Amino acid sequence: MSRLPKGGIIDRTRSLPFTFDGKGYCAHPGDTVASALLANGVQLMGRSFKYHRPRGVLTAGSEEPNALIEVSSGADRTPNTRATVQEVFAGLQTQSQNRWPTLGFDIKEALDLAHPFLGAGFYYKTFMWPRAAWHHLWEPIIRRAAGLGRLSSEPDPAVYDKAWKHCDLLVIGAGPAGLMAALTAGRAGARVVLADEDFVLGGRLQAEALEVGGESSHGWVSQTVAELASLPNVTLMKRTTITGAYDGGTYGALERVADHLPNAQGSPQQIFWRIVAKHAILAGGAHERPIAFPNNDRPGIMLASAVRTYIHRFGVLPARRWVVFANNDEGARTAHDLLKAGAEVTLVDTRKDARPEISCRHLPEAEVVNTRGRQGLKAVEVRFANGNTEWIKAEGLAMAGGWNPSVHLTCHMGARPVWQDNIAGFVPRAGAVPGLQAVGAANGEFTTHMALNTGAAAAAKALGVKPAEIPEAEDTLNKITPFWHVEAKGRAWLDFQNDVTVKDVVQAHAENMRSVEHMKRYTTLGMATDQGKTANIGALAVMAGLTGQEIAQTGTTMFRPPYTPVQMGALGGRHVEVDLAPERRMPGDAFARGHRANWDEMGLWLRPSLFKQGDEHTWRQSCDREVQMVRECVGVTEVSTLGKIEVQGPDAAEFLNRIFLTPMKKLGVGHIRYGLMLRTDGFVMDDSTVARLAEDLFVMHPTTGASAEVLSHLEFCAHVRWPELDVQIMDVTEQWAQVAVHGPMAHKVLVGPDFMRFQEVEIEGVKARVFRVSYSGEAGFEIAVPARYGAALMHWLLGKAEALGGGLYGLEALNVMRVEKGYLTHAEIDGRVSHYDLGFPTPDKDFVGKQMAARAGLRGPELVGLTTVGTVKALVGGALLVEGDFAPDNVQGHITSAVFSPTLGHMVALGLLENGRARHGETIQMIDATSGISAMCKIGPAVFFDAKGERLRA
Amino acid sequence: MRLTCPHCGPRDSREFKYFGDAKTARGDDFASTYLRDNPAGEHAEIWQHISGCRAWLEVVRNVTTHKVISVKEAGQ
Repeated sequence: MSRLPKGGIIDRTRSLPFTFDGKGYCAHPGDTVASALLANGVQLMGRSFKYHRPRGVLTAGSEEPNALIEVSSGADRTPNTRATVQEVFAGLQTQSQNRWPTLGFDIKEALDLAHPFLGAGFYYKTFMWPRAAWHHLWEPIIRRAAGLGRLSSEPDPAVYDKAWKHCDLLVIGAGPAGLMAALTAGRAGARVVLADEDFVLGGRLQAEALEVGGESSHGWVSQTVAELASLPNVTLMKRTTITGAYDGGTYGALERVADHLPNAQGSPQQIFWRIVAKHAILAGGAHERPIAFPNNDRPGIMLASAVRTYIHRFGVLPARRWVVFANNDEGARTAHDLLKAGAEVTLVDTRKDARPEISCRHLPEAEVVNTRGRQGLKAVEVRFANGNTEWIKAEGLAMAGGWNPSVHLTCHMGARPVWQDNIAGFVPRAGAVPGLQAVGAANGEFTTHMALNTGAAAAAKALGVKPAEIPEAEDTLNKITPFWHVEAKGRAWLDFQNDVTVKDVVQAHAENMRSVEHMKRYTTLGMATDQGKTANIGALAVMAGLTGQEIAQTGTTMFRPPYTPVQMGALGGRHVEVDLAPERRMPGDAFARGHRANWDEMGLWLRPSLFKQGDEHTWRQSCDREVQMVRECVGVTEVSTLGKIEVQGPDAAEFLNRIFLTPMKKLGVGHIRYGLMLRTDGFVMDDSTVARLAEDLFVMHPTTGASAEVLSHLEFCAHVRWPELDVQIMDVTEQWAQVAVHGPMAHKVLVGPDFMRFQEVEIEGVKARVFRVSYSGEAGFEIAVPARYGAALMHWLLGKAEALGGGLYGLEALNVMRVEKGYLTHAEIDGRVSHYDLGFPTPDKDFVGKQMAARAGLRGPELVGLTTVGTVKALVGGALLVEGDFAPDNVQGHITSAVFSPTLGHMVALGLLENGRARHGETIQMIDATSGISAMCKIGPAVFFDAKGERLRA
Repeated sequence: MRLTCPHCGPRDSREFKYFGDAKTARGDDFASTYLRDNPAGEHAEIWQHISGCRAWLEVVRNVTTHKVISVKEAGQ
């Protein structure tokens, strides 16, 4: 056991059992999987991506490249979870990944021996011959071998949510700087959101032995957090990562609501927040960086800051004998803390002049040149200034290579960070994200005092308030002499996750991949789950050395959202399966379901396609019966999906007259007219009936699928083009249920107005708008009632219709009947037809699109009716109309709609054909290249039934 | 991105629908219908507050920085 007898902020009174690779361990509340495994003496936690090298933890935070594990099992299994982030709960199951058969014995470790052949870009070179082998042999093998972790391949049972938050000040990170910023803003009464990715607030104050305001930093954090929690205007968001910075002060945030619980118990697993902040403060701290030396990737080798975190926060001393390797004062600090925890320590410092007051072996101007220990560190080889070397026995090695401010969010809108020599690191560019100020370590201000001070000052400045009083804290500047990698034989890792070594960067340079963006893609440096948080700067430094440039000139690659990985489920939120898009249901939806309706989707709407009866087993049987019923008796169908737009005001008639090609100005009160409207570019937008309900009130019924576009168009014309017209436009589609009742017996169901007339009729005490219009060619009405009466109206009408021998019909029958009559849908009005093509003359009056419609080139194929004349009796929607041989130049049009007409006993079709109106009586060939069907067709007018419309007026 | 609707105040861009170069709102002729500017900089655009008050808006925006310079009702 490596747990220290005391210390840390874990709850030692309680034990939590959990498993790793099937073996049981115990943790305390407050432990991560990483700290608990270290406490149990487990160093080996994963395998590297390419060479399958045994790995332990490198860090104690979200930047962890090595210790990736699978959490949970079955459908809940989540791969690539960082052991340094996952909290332990009772019963937690975790597995190592990227190994087979076991973590201790991984067959693919053999790849490590093959490393001379697997350098950067190896797959572009090694497997190039013979040519065909890449595609058929090598790529499939590499694809199988590649990848991190396994998906469960089952639907994710967890529930996710998306939500919005608004605040005056968003504080990102709850270390010393973030806490002071939140305190300043919170005390001033501002709406504050303080978000931190960790489950414990305080940042480095929880991970070091520090004093703040004369007491332990743990105590100061507790008090401060308690005060913040007591302020109603402050929202504390633990376990919440700010994932991205976007335009207009909008930030993405992932809150892990239930990842630390055995069971979400009805709450979402995670919530993806969009936080809109007037001001934001980035207090995200910094990441310590490793030093590259041969075999620096063994379990037991970790960052110095992580070692101190495990000691002070988790009460864990991961090993007994340590070497600390540093290029700055953090080395002495780490050695001191290790000694205090009871460890044996050797301090190796690259600097000549550092003289720390420390009671352990101190080796200045020395370097670590090699390590031993396959599955856990055993010994460290140190080289002195005089070239002599010595092996030192150690199970732990702490690397302190300096700190990189966490600049990532400041780069999300395209800005690059700025190099700062005194800290040997990049700091955020001022003004990189409007409204966002970086403070504390995130801005290269590393002492605790600087963090507290800049956090308070930035919040005070942003909000125009007084900064909170700064408690006393250490303010000693860390002295660093940049040192990036040790010149020695052997592979020295820069990027632990992607197995990128110094040698790979040297190779990239040799092959002229010298720009950092090229180097990144050639070596895969900085990719995958950690996005190179511990790797990038070291690699830049190596490249800078090779090109003889400064790091500042070499530059960085671009950081993009998300800051840490975000599960797809969280981005999807509740928009999964049936909830992917909203479903629009008509008022009579439940009524139709009670009558065995089959359903069609029309945009977001669900409409009954047919109503099966008896032993009908094909859709055609039901459809043919329904058509016959309407043509011979009476049928009822709900048409509530039709657009219903009211146009009101003294200038409503003038307005519609300008909108429609068809004159509307003199339409009498109580009259209905069918009209076409054009888009500005002269093509037909939609057709619609227009009813004048009163002198200053019209209602129009645009096509279901076009009504949103029509509404926007009307509003645009009213608001922008003709603001002088006194007219109001209101979409009332969902306020009215509308039911069509048609057939020779319809007049026995309801006594209503004459053809193309409107009348208000009282039905069972409800005022109904009755329109005598028809889309089936039969006499009858469309009856509109307030939506809440829709189902009752269906019930009432069906009762009357059934007594006469009629019944319900669906969309399929309606479509057959409208094709028989040559009525249009958007199969014909496909955005490419002009009103000439549809056979409408141009009136003298002005209307939208008139000028553009007058262009000579606008005329195209014309609307015709088609029936078969040869032995093949089939017509196919979408099939081409071809004159002569089947060649592109001979295509003269296409079929827009084709149906079997039970009324006529054969198929009929509508089509668009070049010069079609002049060719009535001629024949043309239909070819459907997809199904291989071709048929000879007779061209005729686009109406097959009751051409004079006598049935409509009956 | 956020736009400040003259009626509804600052709202997320998801509430709005983009309709392109504001020139298209100015007439019926060929140039207004088809010829659009595509500057790398400030651009006057037409948007509709489709999930809000449904007002048609003219937005002047720098398309390289996404900075919104002005929002007013279109056609005024």
